[in-house]
Amino acid sequence: MAAHLTNGRVNLNILREAARKELREFLDKCAGSKAIVWDEYLTGPFGLIAQYSLLKEHEVEKMFTLKGGRLPPADVKNIIFFVRPRLELMDIIAENVFSDKSNSRDYHILFVPRRSMLCEQRLKEQGVLGSFTNIDEYILDLIPYDGDLLSMESEGAFRECYLENDQTTLYHTAKGLMTLQALYGTIPQIYGKGDCARHVANMMLRMKREFAGSQNQILPVFDTLLLLDRNVDLLTPLATQLTYEGLIDEIYGITNGYVKLPPEKFAQKKQGEGSKDLPTEPKKLQLNSAEELYAEIRDKNFNAVGAALSKKAKIISAAFEERHNAKTVGEIKQFVSQLPHMQAARSSLANHTSIAELIKDLTSKRSVQEHRNAFEADGFVFCPVASEAFFDNLTVEQEFMTGVDTDKVNTYIEDCISQKDPLIKVLRLMCMQSVCNNGLKQKVLDFYKREILQTYGYEHMLTLNNLEKTGLLKLQTNSRNNYPTIRKTLKLWMEDANEQTPNDISYVYSGYAPLSVRLTQVLARPGWRSIEEVLKMLPGPHFEERQQLPAGLHKKRQQGENRTTLVFFLGGVTYAEITALRFLSQMEDSGMEYIIATTKLINGSSWIKSLMDHPETQIP
Amino acid sequence: MYIMSVVYNRKVELYEMSWVLRDGLRDSLVAAAPYGGPIAVMKESQCLSPSVRPQLDIYTASGVTMATFPWKSGPVVQLGWSVSEELLCVQQDGTVLIYDLTGAFLRHFSMGQEVVQSHVSEAKIFHSPYGTGVAIVTGSSRFTLATNIDDLKLRRLPEVPGLQGAPSCWAVLNQDRQTKVLLANGPELYLLDNTCCTSVVLPGGSPLDGVFVHIAVSFSYKYLALFTDTGHLWTGLANLQDKLSEVDTKIRSPPKQMVWYVVTCRPVCLPTCLSVHLPVCLPTCLYPLDEACVCVGELDGVRLLSPSRHELLQEVPLVCEDIFKIASMGPGALLLEAHKEYQKSSQKADEYLREIKEQGMLGDAVRQCVEAAGHEQHTHTQKALLRAASFGKCFLTNLSPEAFVSVCRDLRVLNAVRDPSIGIPLTHTQLYPLAIEVCVCVCRLVYRRLYPLAIEVCRYLKTPEYQGVSRILRHWACSKVQQKGESDEVMVRCISGRLADSPGISYSHIASKAYDSGRTELAIKLLDYEARSGEQVPLLLKMRRSQLALSKAIESGDTDLVYTVVSYVKNEMNRGDFFMTLRNQPVALSLYRQFCKLQEQETLKDLYNQDDDHQELANYYVSASYREKVQANCYVSASYREKVQANYYVSASYREKVQANYYVSASYRERYWWLKLKSLAEKEEWEELEKFSKSKKSPVGYLPFVEVCMKKSNKYEAKKYVTKVTPEQRVRAHLTIEDVEGAADAAIERRSEAEIGTVISHCSSSSSSSQRLLLDKLQRALTTANRK
Repeated sequence: MAAHLTNGRVNLNILREAARKELREFLDKCAGSKAIVWDEYLTGPFGLIAQYSLLKEHEVEKMFTLKGGRLPPADVKNIIFFVRPRLELMDIIAENVFSDKSNSRDYHILFVPRRSMLCEQRLKEQGVLGSFTNIDEYILDLIPYDGDLLSMESEGAFRECYLENDQTTLYHTAKGLMTLQALYGTIPQIYGKGDCARHVANMMLRMKREFAGSQNQILPVFDTLLLLDRNVDLLTPLATQLTYEGLIDEIYGITNGYVKLPPEKFAQKKQGEGSKDLPTEPKKLQLNSAEELYAEIRDKNFNAVGAALSKKAKIISAAFEERHNAKTVGEIKQFVSQLPHMQAARSSLANHTSIAELIKDLTSKRSVQEHRNAFEADGFVFCPVASEAFFDNLTVEQEFMTGVDTDKVNTYIEDCISQKDPLIKVLRLMCMQSVCNNGLKQKVLDFYKREILQTYGYEHMLTLNNLEKTGLLKLQTNSRNNYPTIRKTLKLWMEDANEQTPNDISYVYSGYAPLSVRLTQVLARPGWRSIEEVLKMLPGPHFEERQQLPAGLHKKRQQGENRTTLVFFLGGVTYAEITALRFLSQMEDSGMEYIIATTKLINGSSWIKSLMDHPETQIP
Repeated sequence: MYIMSVVYNRKVELYEMSWVLRDGLRDSLVAAAPYGGPIAVMKESQCLSPSVRPQLDIYTASGVTMATFPWKSGPVVQLGWSVSEELLCVQQDGTVLIYDLTGAFLRHFSMGQEVVQSHVSEAKIFHSPYGTGVAIVTGSSRFTLATNIDDLKLRRLPEVPGLQGAPSCWAVLNQDRQTKVLLANGPELYLLDNTCCTSVVLPGGSPLDGVFVHIAVSFSYKYLALFTDTGHLWTGLANLQDKLSEVDTKIRSPPKQMVWYVVTCRPVCLPTCLSVHLPVCLPTCLYPLDEACVCVGELDGVRLLSPSRHELLQEVPLVCEDIFKIASMGPGALLLEAHKEYQKSSQKADEYLREIKEQGMLGDAVRQCVEAAGHEQHTHTQKALLRAASFGKCFLTNLSPEAFVSVCRDLRVLNAVRDPSIGIPLTHTQLYPLAIEVCVCVCRLVYRRLYPLAIEVCRYLKTPEYQGVSRILRHWACSKVQQKGESDEVMVRCISGRLADSPGISYSHIASKAYDSGRTELAIKLLDYEARSGEQVPLLLKMRRSQLALSKAIESGDTDLVYTVVSYVKNEMNRGDFFMTLRNQPVALSLYRQFCKLQEQETLKDLYNQDDDHQELANYYVSASYREKVQANCYVSASYREKVQANYYVSASYREKVQANYYVSASYRERYWWLKLKSLAEKEEWEELEKFSKSKKSPVGYLPFVEVCMKKSNKYEAKKYVTKVTPEQRVRAHLTIEDVEGAADAAIERRSEAEIGTVISHCSSSSSSSQRLLLDKLQRALTTANRK
């Protein structure tokens, strides 16, 4: 079921199993039939740990979403609330418990990821604390997402850390890393860049002191931990990702490993029926390395996906043709035994071909004729400018990244505002310009702000303010623009990015090499000492810490054995960055394999969205 | 009892007692803790005149005084020791006072109100799996039990029918995880449990004639013995189901004390009952004793405590018997002999060795010697046996050295604690039932404040620091902070200096001890060394050091902890001070702001006001007014919904128009044009659009006109504007209206490589003849453009 977690260099299934074991133990603590009331936010992350079948095995009969008022009727002995430690949720729970009249029930609360005295205090004030038989915590910090990827799935991490100065997530990060070290051994080396990284490292060292004495005796799996603040590299998430996985995320959004796609392309085409009843529910697909084809193509630049798909198609149809060659009973039997696998491969191919087509429609220039055909055949809204817009957007991004006219008002942005394009798109471009110019001139910044407020409404004042606070948007001070220096030293722009057979990480953005990944690459070889100057230009301190290993646990490295680095992105990571790190792991001479961990998987839009304030919808 | 003849017993002298007792042990309450524990001695109160206060002395098993103090409370009925070597003194009025080994008072509890009147007539202190318990019988013949003094629950047992005054004898039994009392009233036996009192008939044969005078239960609560005034002794299992034996001892005068003496080393566990009188009586032999003495039952024997010496009466362990029995030919005996000869450089050594080897018993011989060494008390015997074992080992190739090593190690520790100056006469057999033997051994050293030796033992046994040395040091520090007289600085320096490198020290534990003994400042200083902030904070709050607690909480990074302190501080301080406190702690402040944002909007405003944070204040008002607006809109929409819906389409375009007019000024011209042309196209007012395009020169160019028309798929209208588009955008305009040929012409005219390329990519997919022509044309143009 979780085979994709064991494929990688580090068996992340250990972590998942540990989490599942704990969940089972808690469920068994509440004897009898159960109903779970879910904090809706948690269902996604929990899906990565345990499916409904596991819960069912432990007598979970009903599941509800946490909301005010009365609990839906359920004939169960136990009601378990799975919640984050939030005060507002405590009020809802209190309401639920009060309105429930049956006395024979046992109530339990499971706080995820940590119980909180504040919340318990609130329950006490509400007079319901005594009603709970069990109040427990379920420590779910790092959730295994894929064979080389861990995520805390903490939506607001960036906002909390960099805007609200709330270090809760960082505390959980440090705790999560301690759990990880308990399972995979002490990580001997810690590197980091940025204030949050420093804070997390400090907490880790502190916690290690606290647990002193109970040293674990596990041979370290990770050689190095690299903590990177997201605000060290604000540029990368703003750029449009151009890998297959990245584009799916940019266009449709991947949440907790699932993507929802428009159903039309996935309609089962049966002869004679026509396409009268199109499915209306969005098609939900799970995306991870368990799917062989996806693992193969997700990290390709989108321009190389078509070729890969058609090659795969040929292989599969060739495999199906084999049946004509099968003469003896034995051969036929062998063929039949391979059938399920082949059929799975075929349906996976069909799915990805459809997805690739969907993306292609929106991203690449097509002939007018095709547009027309698509329009007539599918009843799509005919939108000849969609792909043009994508292309123009990309052009502007690339101009910014190469440092062309970043200090002037950009006409494309201006046009976008005038046309009232989606605000997030505008903000994304504007922030990018600011980042690439080390801040905007007063005049330029004021112009953009005025345009946005007058076009989209004054409520966005708060959003603009937030962007300024996080440094995504800033006023250029007297210091000169150091972005070009950083770009040149770290070779952030590669003119001749090879999209088909890449030789450098820059292929993931068709030219731009993500800054964060470059820092990781340089750290492995030749080391950060070579780029001291650039590191000083980036915000926050950089540091190196060593954790003492108990004697006898020092790894004896075999000749040619790769080292393993855990790269932790504090504040989120994009799929393209992950791809770039995977590319580095696969490079023959790199000598380093990367496991990626983060607070949340993000893309430019979801990231900017998390920083937006909507005063109308705020709870008073 | 007849099989007993093969059992050898031995009496080993443990110590020459170094105590000086004025009146011997006569007329004294004596309590000696099991496992070679300490001894408490106190004169019985009825032997003293009421004006004289008795003296309570605490000695080690070797008679070294550990504490001595005059007894100031009421008359004591019984003394006893708990499992953790605390001295329990049961007073006549039912109060139980607890002292530690050094005679320091720890705490007290009462055995119930009614006892105050009726008085305790007898008390027993017993050990069960749950800990140490106390049982009393009152003057009014009622029993009360407390099974665990650390988790006190008093249980008053039901009345015994027909019992007047004290029972003739009684004992506490542990059966089926229940504590019961077996008592004898003359010739009748009763079993008391929580709920009822049942009369008991002894199994196996005729009831004994006579009155029961003694009941003894074995160390493990497995066996039971009853003694009658006619000299009959009944032994059986403690469950009162099986009889083991019944014997007429012919002793008429009742013994003073009766203790179980269980043979453990035999393959079958045979109980022997030792009734102590003067002289000591075994069913098979009598040990003459020259002095009055007290017997202490142990797991593997009986300790005899007399004013001058301390002895261990023990059945000779089988291995020792095998080696030391006169003319024994056991392999161990031979090996020992061989080694002796070897040391004398006699060739007999070889003969003996051969003999053992011929029997193939050398392995057994070594094992026997090793095991026997463990059971010996005297070091020279231990050495002789171990040397012999070591000698024998040389002739064996694959003997596991484990047993040898562990016995050596254990003996070293045992010998150290047996030293008269320490005085814990543990036997090797006693060491193992104490599951985590080492810990217990070390703990007992710690109770005696023998810290250096305890640390030495831990280091010698290579106990992990965390479990061993650290715990000892913590204990040391805890007792240290309770001492008076030293200044805080000296104390802190002393403690931190000692504890510095030890892992897993809980400074907060030490600090809370210091706080309990009234040294708050010292506690705070000690807390500084605590690594776990989670531990620091609650204690600091308890000591009302909220500022310090806050900064510690922040240091830990645990935001929940910070919230906890903040909410505590909030209730404790007035608002102004509270805000000032927060102001000095930015992390706490921002967390509190988050809290306010969700819970107390008004407070948020005050916070910003105080900080003169105009930006945030402005933001606050913006969001506040938007919220009001939404609320207002809700009211409006409720009543005007229909009207609004009706006017929706009108108003939508109207609003934009108004906005557009409003913004019409030089700098907003572009937006005005955009708005207008978009809304016109939206309403499909194509004529208006055309008029508008001609009204002035468009500041946004004419490509937007083409695009808005195409958005509505109005190719016809779109075409009108293509010609107006600037040459740079013309190719794109043509392509937008799907006019590939026009685009081609425009591109060729412009002679731009890139644009020709774009057009080629657009028409390459089609295969009609006209397209092919066009392609050729474009290719040619491309080459010419290239040439240039």
